[in-house]
Amino acid sequence: MSQWKNFSKGFVKENPVFVLFLGLCPTLGTTGSAINGIGMGLATTFVLIMSNIVISLLAKFIPDKVRIPSYIIIIASFVTIVDLLMKAYTNTPGANGEPSLYDNLGLFIPLIVVNCIVLGRAEAFASKNTTFTSFIDGLGIGLGFTFALFLLGAVREILGSGSIFNIKFIEGDGMIAFVLAPGAFLALGYLIAIMNVVKKRFANK
Amino acid sequence: MELILIIIGAVFVNNIVLAQFLGICPFIGVSGKVSTSIGMTGAVTFVMVIATLVTYLIQGLLERFGIPFMQTVTYILVIASLVQLVEIILKKVSPPLYQALGIFLPLITTNCAILGVAILAFQKDFNLVSSVVFAFANAIGFGLALITFSGIREQLDLANIPEGMKGVPVAFVIAGILAMAFMGFANIV
Repeated sequence: MSQWKNFSKGFVKENPVFVLFLGLCPTLGTTGSAINGIGMGLATTFVLIMSNIVISLLAKFIPDKVRIPSYIIIIASFVTIVDLLMKAYTNTPGANGEPSLYDNLGLFIPLIVVNCIVLGRAEAFASKNTTFTSFIDGLGIGLGFTFALFLLGAVREILGSGSIFNIKFIEGDGMIAFVLAPGAFLALGYLIAIMNVVKKRFANK
Repeated sequence: MELILIIIGAVFVNNIVLAQFLGICPFIGVSGKVSTSIGMTGAVTFVMVIATLVTYLIQGLLERFGIPFMQTVTYILVIASLVQLVEIILKKVSPPLYQALGIFLPLITTNCAILGVAILAFQKDFNLVSSVVFAFANAIGFGLALITFSGIREQLDLANIPEGMKGVPVAFVIAGILAMAFMGFANIV
């Protein structure tokens, strides 16, 4: 498999959210706005790349029986690093007293450790492939995840508050429900349905 | 009285699945049949209560040694070993249930609801009793959402759904409507 194919599979063919249905909790929980979705996606991408690199390097030395706990420890260490980094650099509140990115993502940053995508890639890919291939895989899947989060966040922000990247384009409020919990489920459901139809069209041609 | 408020708050107002988006994987994955969701609820309740209890005690140790940044790493290790324990016990005590839960039992480790509740209980500064009650109430909230949802999905098998919406998409739309229903509980606590 060429490296380009390896990189690009994360966007459509093996998109973690729309096709594999992995990592759904942060997908729903952090996509109230486009920028939050991107922040969460990039944090996950960092963990994914780093854990893929380290696990592909260590895979030969880890005994088979304790591999899952070992992977979890490696992943948890990088999650702690991301948590501390984000606390240091993305914790300044907005000009009008809006909560910072760190506050918005909140609980979901430590919860990257239980994101099925990260452990899934470690077990299914990084443990069997070379370091460079694993790095490309982590980058591709991570950016695919970021893309999905951005798409969902943008849809919810446009419908829910009539703005994109915090720039308002209509007066007043949008459909508030889309920023709140129900809209997350509805928007993701319809996005997956649209993806299914598009994929079927492509397959028929 | 405070404990009752915690229970109502966790089960209805801030429902763990429908308002906080934790534990979505089993919520979508094992909600095909009512019987499996009851089993899943049992397993989650057991693990969640014990995990919160143990992590509460460990948090004290972490603070005593001045290493609170190790929280994520320690919590996830404790939860992973607890899940192994439940798996071994269930395999021995109730093989049919073990068969039914199949792949989703090891997946409780990566069920964000367990770790999420443990961290939430810490962030809310609960004492030991409130933490355990909080964990139990959240597990009940999880079960309530999961079992209601699987009941609806069982009926859904009989319905005629457009091709593209079949399976997961329609499940999400239903979850959205359920979440809307649960929004009716907002602000009662």
